[in-house]
Formats: sequence, structure tokens, C-alpha cells
Amino acid sequence: MQPKLTNSDCHDAREDTEYAEQPKEDFLRRSSADAGTRVARGDVSHDVKIQTNDLDIYYDSCHAIKEVSAEIREHEITALIGPSGCGKSTFLRALNRMNDEIPEARTTGQVLLEGEDIYREGTDLVALRRRVGQVFQQPNPFPMSVYRNVIYGPRLQRRVARQEADEIVERSLRGAALWDEVKDQLHKSAMDLSGGQQQRLCIARCLAVESEVLLMDEPCSALDPTATFRIEELMLELKQKMAIVIVTHNMYQASRVSDRTGFFLLGELVEFGRTTQIFEDPHDDRTDAYVRGRFG
Amino acid sequence: MNVRRPHLIDPRISQRVAFTGFWLVALFVTLPLVGIVLYMLYRGGSVINWQLLTSMDGLYPAIVGTTYLVSLTALIAAPVGIGAAIYLSEYAGRGKLVRMIRLAIINLAGVPSVVYGLFGLALFVIILDWGRCLMSGAATLALLVLPLIIAASEEALRQVPRGLREGSLALGASKWQTIRRVVLPNALAGMITGMILSVARAAGETAPILFTAAFYSLSNPFPRTVFDPIIAMPFQLYVTATEEPHVDPAFTWAMAFVLVALVLGLNLVATFIRSRLRRRRW
Ligand SMILES: Nc1ncnc2c1ncn2[C@@H]1O[C@H](COP(=O)(O)OP(=O)(O)O)[C@@H](O)[C@H]1O
Ligand SMILES: [Mg+2]
Repeated sequence: MQPKLTNSDCHDAREDTEYAEQPKEDFLRRSSADAGTRVARGDVSHDVKIQTNDLDIYYDSCHAIKEVSAEIREHEITALIGPSGCGKSTFLRALNRMNDEIPEARTTGQVLLEGEDIYREGTDLVALRRRVGQVFQQPNPFPMSVYRNVIYGPRLQRRVARQEADEIVERSLRGAALWDEVKDQLHKSAMDLSGGQQQRLCIARCLAVESEVLLMDEPCSALDPTATFRIEELMLELKQKMAIVIVTHNMYQASRVSDRTGFFLLGELVEFGRTTQIFEDPHDDRTDAYVRGRFG
Repeated sequence: MNVRRPHLIDPRISQRVAFTGFWLVALFVTLPLVGIVLYMLYRGGSVINWQLLTSMDGLYPAIVGTTYLVSLTALIAAPVGIGAAIYLSEYAGRGKLVRMIRLAIINLAGVPSVVYGLFGLALFVIILDWGRCLMSGAATLALLVLPLIIAASEEALRQVPRGLREGSLALGASKWQTIRRVVLPNALAGMITGMILSVARAAGETAPILFTAAFYSLSNPFPRTVFDPIIAMPFQLYVTATEEPHVDPAFTWAMAFVLVALVLGLNLVATFIRSRLRRRRW
């Protein structure tokens, strides 16, 4: 029997990347092969950066996230997996309050960023979103120069003198592993970069405002394998300095880069744990079915 | 012979017939325009020359008057129209008041232009006591083009991808910063295009300026302030065509040609800007 995959009160998910097309047998083999090193480096527990307590999110009558409690840790990559429409993006967007931009969305429960509830009355949204940056599925560089894309964030808050701006741009682009490729075309349009470069530029934009957390919503689904690989490499590097949450349809990717994985189904966080455990020894039958590619 | 064949006519032939039919229809819609322009040239071509366009007893005062009128109309209508469009598409929710505003705009677009003329006469000329002048005419025309400008600007704002807005907000930009730095620059091309198209429409309107701005002949045809009356092309055309027995009909047709050329010229500029800015990346 097939488990139920959609919530009747909710619209069908709008942007369906077909997870069914991912190479399912492959990632299992790969993740077991990596298991030794993974356990070795995944052993230490890092500080909790973001904690959600009984988070519920509704779109009008659609109950998209149901009492989700999870922990996002410093210096770790947390992967969120699950079929289309299960609420991964909704959960992710709760962490920087981007759901506030959707009029019909309603949130209850707590999201603690270093212990402070970001849904508390009087939260400074500007400060929050600078601390918790977001990279979108479709690369979204602004139609302006590479340079102005990177300095966009800092210049929202204050005047940045030319020399300091130059430094911020270089540091951010280096941080996003893009500097060498674009240092000679800083003043050319960002729209002329390749998709992978654009996505790294979007990461650089977050680094320019010194984000502490990076939320990535299927950042590689519009990219080719080489560009995907470079983003994954970059993520592993960036987690030295920050916490990363990535939504992915690609379980191969989840098992390859993440330290912890959360499996969502119909708005519920079914299982959350170390990535090795989720993929090799899932406690829940539904998780087991999903990671073995039995759903969909 | 071939009994299994389902087509009565060879599909290649029916394809040919359909294609030719559509081609003819498409050709047919361009005929009126071509016909009108050619006929105007035929009737008035003999008197169209540089002299006509630049001499005081030719079309010069009317061309100047219409240029002033159109520019001032744009100057008045642009900020109001764009402001309203920004409010409606970026800030307004789906409340009752907003629905009423939208309904009003749609209905405003359906009001006949002569009614605008009467309204302008009552409000600007008489109540505000501006008299029949450039300002009254431009204000009246501004009302007429406002719904067009709002609709075009809203459309231009809608074209800005959601991803850009979210990208900006996610970097800690306020809504207004996002609108100013990301949304407006990207909607500008569409807004300017809509503006020019709307104003080109106003350039040819006669009824709204009939009671509010225009004279046929003036001792001093060039307005010194916005509260002076003007000579405008559509109105001069109307008067010479209906009331002046001694005017050479060729002159009337020449004037008509110049008016159409002006409107088409504006439309062409709008099309050009649109195609240029569409290709522009930043
Ligand atoms: N703006 C919205 N209005 C109404 N329902 C929405 C909206 N956005 C998402 N949903 C619904 O919420 C559920 C979760 O969506 P989403 O978080 O986008 O899922 P995922 O990212 O896992 O594919 C889906 O059923 C979807 O139809
Ligand atoms: Mg999603």
C-alpha cells in the first residue's frame, strides 16, 4: 500500500522537481561507503543555533507544518528531505520569517535563534534576515553588476565607503569561491554569469552581510552536476563558520553533504537525526520507505 | 481508389488554404492604416513641406501647443499614475476599499472623452477658475490617461520576478528599499512604454480640450505660462474641417497627416524603448 502523500486541505505543490528520477540505489551504496569517515567527523555535537518548538504553520486552512520541533546546529549542515509539498520550504522560510511576506500564512510556536524567539513581538526583521540568509532555488542575482549585487546588503543599512566596499566584495566573493572567476568582470552584469556562478554570487551576497545561518532551498536543482559539485564543496567549507540548512530533493546530495537530516511527510517531521542514521538505520518505516526510494 | 484515406482534401492543400486565409485576414487589418495614411497624403501631400510645419500661419503654433499639452499631461499623470500603481500592486491587500478603487479605475477608463471635457470645464475652468488654458487642458487629459497609465504600470510591476523581491527582502531590505532599488528599476521600461502609449492617445483627443484649453486662433499663439490658452492640433483640425469655408482642404488633410504621424511617432518611440530595455540586463 502506498502511503498518503498529499494533504487534502492544501494545494498541490507548485514547483515539483521529480525526486522519483533520482538514482536511488546509487546514493545508498555511496552513503555506506562514506560511512566510516562520516561517523568520525560527525561525532562531536555542536551548539544549537536554531531551535523550533511546536512550530505550526497554516496557509488559510492548509496545515502545512505540524508541531515541528527541531534543532539546527552550529558548524553543521542540516538537510531537509521529503516528497514535494510536504512543507520543507515552508519550514525553511519560517526560520528567517520569509513566510511573513505571504499574507495567508500564519505561524504559531517558537523559533529560537540562540535562545531568542524570533516570532516574539518587536523582533527586528531586518537584523534577523541579515543573520539568517537565504539562497533560493532559482538563482536570483539582481540585474545589476556583480559588484553591486554583493554590496547590495551592506548598503541597505549604511553608507559604505569605496575602499571598504571593495574589501567586502572581495572577501565575500572569495568566501563564496567565486573571486577568481569574476575578479576581472566585477562591473559586468551578474546576469551574464553561468547558473552555478549566479548561485555562488547569491551566497556571496549573504556573506557580505555576515549571515550566521544559511538557508538553501533546493539550491542546485537548476544546476548541472559540475556546478552542483562546486556548491557542495563550498557548503562544506562554509560550515566551518556558520550553520547551513539545505532543502534537497536529491537524497544523494543529502547523504553526501549533510551532518543531520530531517524527513518531512505531510507537514510532519517524521524523523530527525544524524544523516548516517537516517539513511542506514531509519527508525520509522516511512523514512525507511522514502530513503529506499519506495515512495512516489 | 484509395478508400482508406480519411481526408477529402489533401492536407497539404488545406494547410495552404488556411495559411493563405490567415495571411489575408492579417493583411486586411493593416489595410485601414495604410489606406488612411495614403489617402491623407493623396489629399494633402501637395501642401506638406517644411514651410507648413514651421511657419506661424502654418501648423507651427498647433504643433507647439500639442507638444506643451502632451508634456504637461505626462508630467501630471505620471507621478499620480505610477504612485497609484505602486500602492495597488505592492502595498494594497485584497480589502474592500482596494476593490472599490480598482472598480473605479476600470470604470474611469470607460467614460467617454467628451464627458471628461465637460468635467474639466466645470472643475478646472470654472470652479478652480483657471480659465481655458494649457493647465486646465492638461489636467483634463491627465484624468483621461490615468487609468491607462495605472494599468500599464501595474502590469510592468507584475512582470518583475518574485525571486528578485524575495532576494532583496532576505538580505534585510525593507519593502520600500526593495521597491526602490530592485522593483522600480526593473519595471521602468514597461512603465515608460505604457506612459508614452497613453500620452500618444491623449495627443489626438479633441473633446477633452474643446472646452478646457484650445482656441483656434490667438493673437499670441504661444503660451507664456500654463494658464494661457493654446492652439492644439486636433482642435485646429476640427475647426478648419467644419467651420472654415475658405481653407484649402489640402491644408486640412496635411494637418491630419501630421497629427497621425505624431501619434504613430510616439508609439514607435515607445516600441523602441520597450525593445531596447527588454534586452538590457542591468
Ligand atoms: N502560498 C501558499 N498558499 C497556500 N498553500 C501553500 C502556499 N505555499 C505552499 N502551500 C502549501 O503548503 C504545503 C507545503 O508546501 P511547501 O512548503 O512549498 O512544500 P515543499 O517545499 O516540501 O515542496 C503544500 O501543500 C503547498 O501546496
Ligand atoms: Mg519547496
